[in-house]
Amino acid sequence: MSQRHESQSQQSVGRLRRPELQVNPIACEAHGICIELLPELITTDPWGYPVLRPGPVPLHLQDLARRAVADCPTLALRLVTPD
Amino acid sequence: MTAPEFAAAETAQPPPPDELRLIAGGEPLSLAAHIHRYGPLPRFGAPTELIAEVEQSGLTGRGGGAFPAGRKLRAVAEARRRSRPGRAGAAVVVANGSESEPLSSKDAVLLRLAPHLVLDGIALCAEAVGADRAYLWAHNGSSTQALAAAITERSSARSSLLRVQVTETPAGYLSGQETALINVLNGGPALPTFVPPRPAEKGAHRRPTLVLNVETLAHVALIARYGAPWFRSVGAPDAPGTALVTVTGPVDRPGVREIPLGTPLGEVLRRSGLTRSAQAVLTGGYFGTWVELPAASSVPVSEPGLRTAGAALGAGVLAVLPDAACGLAETARITGFLARQSAGQCGPCRNGLPALAEAMHHIAFGQPSPEVIRWVQQLTVLLPRRGACHLPDGAAGLVASALRVFAADLAKHTGSGPCAHVAAGPVLPVPAAGLVVDRSAP
Repeated sequence: MSQRHESQSQQSVGRLRRPELQVNPIACEAHGICIELLPELITTDPWGYPVLRPGPVPLHLQDLARRAVADCPTLALRLVTPD
Repeated sequence: MTAPEFAAAETAQPPPPDELRLIAGGEPLSLAAHIHRYGPLPRFGAPTELIAEVEQSGLTGRGGGAFPAGRKLRAVAEARRRSRPGRAGAAVVVANGSESEPLSSKDAVLLRLAPHLVLDGIALCAEAVGADRAYLWAHNGSSTQALAAAITERSSARSSLLRVQVTETPAGYLSGQETALINVLNGGPALPTFVPPRPAEKGAHRRPTLVLNVETLAHVALIARYGAPWFRSVGAPDAPGTALVTVTGPVDRPGVREIPLGTPLGEVLRRSGLTRSAQAVLTGGYFGTWVELPAASSVPVSEPGLRTAGAALGAGVLAVLPDAACGLAETARITGFLARQSAGQCGPCRNGLPALAEAMHHIAFGQPSPEVIRWVQQLTVLLPRRGACHLPDGAAGLVASALRVFAADLAKHTGSGPCAHVAAGPVLPVPAAGLVVDRSAP
């Protein structure tokens, strides 16, 4: 929870609209590629489905995040910039 | 006698009394009686006038989401202007009276007794957002027939420009969910879809779509006539106006009643004829949250009020649990029902809800080990916000509140197995096979 608050305040203080990861749970079939590529932000639930850390993707992980999005076999993972 | 013209009444009527704003009595209001009671539908100079009035009223959605209705109207009106500049009538209005929540009957009662108030709201909102097409969804074949007749009864020029189609919502707990309804209108199955796109941007027929609960629309019809200050003259500052609630359980006068939002829970239950002592109230229905009695008696019945007690008003269900019942067993049965309602589209819900139901069954009807209790607690944290719709959130919230409110029972079950009340059988009805219960009577 504290992590979430921290990242939210970072976003509002910086006034930068940083992208967040989002998964379409209907499309996701638990291939687990994103979990392997980006364990800093994506962990697994007991059934192999991804659990995303809420909040914006830190700058140093954005390349990996884009890679995870591109490698998702069902195109379920995406990077969105909140409005 | 000829049918009255919709806008033919010449004088505006004084506003209806508080707590009888939406429902006047036990008989359906004909169009003539409706106009006699509320006066004619006012005309607005510019569509945005109504939107501003609704924004000032503080009206929030009465279908469970409690989203500000004015903001929704404005979002659809703006999306319509962006997507179809210069073209009027390109948006769609969806009036949701589906009410799939088994314990709720307020939408069915409203549609039966005050159909023209809902139809007024549809006409006004269609004009405000620039829609030429509206769909009114309701469960139950008899009510859809009565509604179709009510639409025929209206013959004004204003309403004839708008096509309103009444449709029976497919059976199933999730089919009344707004993206599921839109999916049906677009030729798909009655299952929730992933958001975005939001219905306001791209909904039915890929057009900007306003989805409002039927009670919300009825309130719009009153705000248009009597204004935002009148609407706010009852209720709480943070939750203005009245709302329909469905009270069930061991009360002398169960059923639907209109209450000023913010009325203390104990007062609402007393008016419904609760005279015996009771242990808890399930607020919001099977999707909802338990609160403990008498501790929660002073909690205001409103979204912000119930939030202070870790609960939510949802679609307005208040189900009283008598002393002679086991809250854990009730929760286990409801969790089983919710698990059966999963559309199976999303992995966390497809796997997590049966796991949650099985563990809750063990807690209620077996002698739970600390591991089982820890597992349930983990699931209540793991499931929220993991599905396309809010079914996993609802199930997790229900179970988390049960573990909190029935903590003493949980200790008893852990120590010596199921309590004496478990064998007595269910107090709250759980529909078999998850199909819709008949709600034709209030």
